[in-house]
Amino acid sequence: MDLYARRRFRSNMVVILSVAAALLGLSWLVMILGTLFFEGLGGLNLAVFAEMTPPPGQDGGLRNAIVGTLLMTSIAVVIGTPIGILAGTYLAEYGRHAKLSMVVRFINDVLLSAPSIVIGLFVYEVMVIHMGHFSAWAGAVALAIIVIPVVLRTTEDMLNLVPNGLREAATALGAPRYFVIRKVAYKAARNGILTGILLAVARISGETAPLLFTALNNQFWSLDLNAPMANLPVVIFQFALSPYEDWRRLAWVGALLITVAILALNIIARLLAGRSRTK
Amino acid sequence: MNVQVADTALETEGEKLRTKVSIKKLAFYYGETRALKDIDLPLYDRKVTAFIGPSGCGKSTLLRVLNRIYEMYPNQRAEGRVMLDGVNILDPKQDVNLLRAKIGMVFQKPTPFPMSIYENIAFGIRLYERLSKDEMDQRVEDALQRAALWKEVKDKLHTSGLGLSGGQQQRLCIARTIAVRPDVILLDEPCSALDPISTAKIEELIDELKSDYTIVIVTHNMQQAARTSDYTAFMYLGELVEFGETRTIFTHPAKQQTQDYITGRFG
Repeated sequence: MDLYARRRFRSNMVVILSVAAALLGLSWLVMILGTLFFEGLGGLNLAVFAEMTPPPGQDGGLRNAIVGTLLMTSIAVVIGTPIGILAGTYLAEYGRHAKLSMVVRFINDVLLSAPSIVIGLFVYEVMVIHMGHFSAWAGAVALAIIVIPVVLRTTEDMLNLVPNGLREAATALGAPRYFVIRKVAYKAARNGILTGILLAVARISGETAPLLFTALNNQFWSLDLNAPMANLPVVIFQFALSPYEDWRRLAWVGALLITVAILALNIIARLLAGRSRTK
Repeated sequence: MNVQVADTALETEGEKLRTKVSIKKLAFYYGETRALKDIDLPLYDRKVTAFIGPSGCGKSTLLRVLNRIYEMYPNQRAEGRVMLDGVNILDPKQDVNLLRAKIGMVFQKPTPFPMSIYENIAFGIRLYERLSKDEMDQRVEDALQRAALWKEVKDKLHTSGLGLSGGQQQRLCIARTIAVRPDVILLDEPCSALDPISTAKIEELIDELKSDYTIVIVTHNMQQAARTSDYTAFMYLGELVEFGETRTIFTHPAKQQTQDYITGRFG
C-alpha cells in the first residue's frame, strides 16, 4: 500500500505541475490580449480607418498603414502562394523518390526558420540598393519570401496525407498524372492547403523587420508600389517608441488591430483544418 | 515447374472460348526481388477468372501488371508479354492511359473521390469523351444501374460519395469503372473490407457483369472464388501452380499443393 500511495502522490504532483504550466503559458496570452484591449480599445474609432498617420500633436488615424499592409500582404500572397503550392506539389507528387527533393526540402526548412531580418537585409541588398530607394515592391517581395516556405511545407504535408489509393484509383481509370493531381489530390487536400495559406498570411501580416529594410514607411497616402509605403508593423514600431502620447495611443490601436486580425485568421485556419479532418 | 493448363476442358457446354488476355513468360521484380516467375496464363473473354493463393504469393502483383498500375512506383518492373487482343500491352510504346481506360480496376479498399456521387462516375467518362449533359446523365444512370446502386442513390446524386456506406462505396467504384466501358475488369480483393450482405451484393454483381466483361478477381476467400469464378489460377511463391476450370480445381486438383491449400491444410 505504501508503494501505491507514493505512486498516487507522484501522479497527483505531475497533474498539478502540468496544469500549472498550462495556466502559466495561457496567462501570457490573456495578459497580452487584456493589455491590448485595455490600451487600444479607447483609441479605436472611425478616424483610425479614415485618416492618415498624423504629425505629433494632431489628430489622425492609421488609414495609410492599414491599406499599405493589406496591399503588400496581398501582393506577397499572390507571388508566394503559386510558387509554394507548385514546389510542394513537386515534392509530394512528382519528386517523391527523387534526390533533388531531399535537397529542396532541407533548404526549405532552413528558409522556414530563417530570421525575418535576414530576409529583409537580403531584399534590401538585391532590390532596394539597385532601385536606389525603398519601395512597396521590395516589401511585398520580402514578405513573399516568407510565404513560400510556409505554403510549400503545408502543401507537401497535406498532399502526403492524401491516401495513395485515391491516386491509384484515378490512375486506373486512365487519368494522366497532372489530371490526378489537379482533380483528385488537390481536391482531397484543399482545406489543408488553404489553412497553410491563411497561416502564412497571419505570419507575414505582423512582420516588422523585413519591411523596415524594404518598404520602410510613408507618412502620406500613397498607392505607388515604387515608393515607400506605410504599413502597420513599422508604424507601430515608430509610434510606440516615440515620446508623443497621441502617437503611442495610435500604436496601441494598431497593435490591437493586427492581433485581432491574426487571431481571426488562426481561428478560421483551425476551423478549416478541423473540417478537413472530420471529412 | 510444369504448369497444368487444362486445355481439354476449354470447350464447355458447347460455347466457344476466346482468349482475351494472354500472359506469356511473365516475371516481375520489386527492385532486386523477384515476385513473379514464368507465368503463362490465359484469361478468357466474358469469363470470371479467380487468382487464389496464400498472402504474398503474387496474385495481387499479377493483377497490377495487367493495367501497368505498378509503373506508378519506381523500382518495379515486369518482363515478358501480356497480350490483350493480340497486342503486347507491356510494350513501352503502348499508351498506359488508354490501356487503363480499357482495363478497369477496383481496389481492396473502396476509394470514392472527394466529390459528389455523380462526379465520381463522370470523372472517368470525361477523360476520353465529350458528352452533352443529357448523354452524361444517361451514362451515369446506366453505370449506377449496372452496379445495382441506382435505387439507393438516385435522390442524392449530388451529395458526397464519401457519405455512402462501405458496400455502397465499393459498388460506386465498380460503377465508376464500368462507366468508362472497359473490356476487362480487375477486382483486387473487392470484398475484403465489406460485411457479408455487401459481399453478397458484389458477388451477384460480378455474376451479372460477366456477360459483358472479362473479369479477374483476386480473393483470399476460397468460397468466394468457388462461387463467383469460371476459372481459377492457384499461385504459390510467385509461381502459377495450377490453372483450370473452377469446378475441377476445387474438386479434382491435379497438384497436391492445390489440394492442400483449398482444403485449408496450409496458407
